[in-house]
Amino acid sequence: MAEAWDTHIWPMTWMVIKIFAIVIPILISVAYLTYVERKVIGAIHLRKGPNVVGPFGLFQPLADGLKLFLKETIVPSGANRGVFIFAPCITFILALVAWAVIPFDQGLVLADINVGILYLFAISSLGVYGILMAGWASNSRYAFLGAIRSAAQMVSYEVSMGFIIITVLLCVGSLNLSDIVNAQKHLWFVIPLFPMAVIFFISTLAETNRHPFDLPEAEAELVAGYNVEYSAMTFGLFFLGEYANMILMAAMTSILFLGGWLPPIDMVPFSLIPGPIWFASKIAFCLFIFLWVRATFPRYRYDQLMRLGWKVFLPISLTAVAIVSGVLVGFDLTPIQNR
Amino acid sequence: MAQTEIKNFNLNFGPQHPAAHGVLRMVLEMDGEIIERTDPHIGLLHRGTEKLIENKSYLQTVPYFDRLDYVAPQNQEHAFCLATEKLLGLEIPKRAKYLRVLFCEIGRILNHLLNITAFDMDVGAMTPMLWGFEERERLMEFCERVSGARLHMAYFRPGGVAYDMPKGLAEDIKEWADNFVKFINDLESLLTENRIFKQRTVDIGIITAEECYDWGFSGPNLRASGIAWDLRKSQPYDAYEEFDFDIPIGKHGDCYDRYLVRVLEMRESVKIIHQAIDKMPNGSFKTESNKFSPPSRTDMKQSMEALIHHFKLFTEGIRVPEGETYTVVEAPKGEFGVYLVSDGSNKPYRCKIRAPGFAHLQAMDHLSKGHMLADIVANIGSIDIVFGEIDR
Repeated sequence: MAEAWDTHIWPMTWMVIKIFAIVIPILISVAYLTYVERKVIGAIHLRKGPNVVGPFGLFQPLADGLKLFLKETIVPSGANRGVFIFAPCITFILALVAWAVIPFDQGLVLADINVGILYLFAISSLGVYGILMAGWASNSRYAFLGAIRSAAQMVSYEVSMGFIIITVLLCVGSLNLSDIVNAQKHLWFVIPLFPMAVIFFISTLAETNRHPFDLPEAEAELVAGYNVEYSAMTFGLFFLGEYANMILMAAMTSILFLGGWLPPIDMVPFSLIPGPIWFASKIAFCLFIFLWVRATFPRYRYDQLMRLGWKVFLPISLTAVAIVSGVLVGFDLTPIQNR
Repeated sequence: MAQTEIKNFNLNFGPQHPAAHGVLRMVLEMDGEIIERTDPHIGLLHRGTEKLIENKSYLQTVPYFDRLDYVAPQNQEHAFCLATEKLLGLEIPKRAKYLRVLFCEIGRILNHLLNITAFDMDVGAMTPMLWGFEERERLMEFCERVSGARLHMAYFRPGGVAYDMPKGLAEDIKEWADNFVKFINDLESLLTENRIFKQRTVDIGIITAEECYDWGFSGPNLRASGIAWDLRKSQPYDAYEEFDFDIPIGKHGDCYDRYLVRVLEMRESVKIIHQAIDKMPNGSFKTESNKFSPPSRTDMKQSMEALIHHFKLFTEGIRVPEGETYTVVEAPKGEFGVYLVSDGSNKPYRCKIRAPGFAHLQAMDHLSKGHMLADIVANIGSIDIVFGEIDR
């Protein structure tokens, strides 16, 4: 019995504890991201934002969550019941599963796998299935149009995102996320690869269906796009998934370009602050830009979005791969060789 | 392999749709995202205003005009008051005319602010809407101070206006007008040169000058196509011939030009507001004749005549001599006309209302054919429709 405890039960329990240690803070940040979003956009709009429930409206996200939880889940009569319920679950699970490989500090990572970036990429590509299934199962034309837009959009922008990640990988020589962060000890990649970082950030906006690329749920055209038929907790899961994805993409941007948990300069006042706090503040910075963009820009049209993805970002990122690899080889800077 | 025919599908747009601006329902025939045919359906807000007016006295009719285009109520009242005065052959005092011009221009800004910002909301920009509402709120406070009602003012009456301006209002409006120019600059900094906004609006929903005539366009939508036609200039009513202002015109007749024309018109309206306050004459704010406007309360305590007039005016109302008139004003949305027929009694025999939005809406199919779904939303926003006046 004791043997079974040591070999099976305890490692399993420890794993579950670690998973909860990641998932629960993420869910809390999702809840408060909605609060911050409303406050930030409120400030830009010259209004107050939530300020009634609790001090400074701090309990507003909890009240919203409770409301969604207690409402009845309505399944439209024409909908495909199984797929309809399954779609939000997929979106939500995928948004959480990706966090397994994100390093919060040196060694502070659930699964330190060597193909971390590929894993992230695979998970975020799967995200489109939740939306496609939702749009198809709803049996509504608005939802279907939204789902089709979303599929096209996520596929297009993943192509250029992939190329940008390749430029980073060329500079690092590893697919492991901790290695990518450690390679930025002296210089964050945002400086040498600045144009790439900008394009990557814009692509993450498109990847998460945020303004100005929020066509799949464009309020003025498609009412709410793929989630128009969803209510209560099924809608809640989509919502949580979308915001968890935003945080994930902000984390990815911080790891690839802003040096993850590393302080800007490795000196005393900066290096005293623990890594996870640096990491969290970088994520917060990226998220703030997400919100800022949302309050400022109008929305692209479907064909304009496609043009931007295929005719602007793809050629630029392809050229960047050529230039970066050319420079690395030409000046004999390739990381593998240096090792 | 058997051949399959791909059919276009129909999309039911509205009446409950965030971009339908009220209760517009459109059946769209779509080929993917491309619009093949647009079929606007109206009538969901029909209240029978024209028929109701046939059973109301001339004074009781005024509030019905507030509820047509509820975004700029005073301009509609104006048309009806002018029509009644024309049938009566009544000349109103100069101060009344200036007050009317002042509040008509406030109505124009109220309307353009809502339209521009709602249009931006339709193409996805949220912030202008909330900024614009702050300013609209200030304007509606002015309306409240002069008439007691924020929105449905019922301020213009046959024979003048209902009340004079309270103390301090003129100064406050002037101060607001100075700041408002800065506000327009801020608003434009978010939109006018914004690349996404331009991509969404330039060359969308083009209508040429020739087609504007065919579809019966008027107002800013007509001027955006390059025709300098403004009833305030071409057939000035009330005191408009004494004001110095320009008519902004567009070139291409697309959504972007319609937006620009409205922004420039707001700047012109600010100019008119300044002039109206600076040149505001003293004197009575309504006609002196107690046959058409109620006597003062103090007179009624002293004079038998005044009491009789008051009684007659509020029981029977004004008797309008037999005749008919088509009177138009340049409402913010375009040519707003009232065709009034009187049979000599105290109620209009017939009151036909010509709403500009109705003519604009019928061009929806023409504007949107071949565009994408997102463009139809921009088109609805830019032609400025309000269902209160279309359905009446």
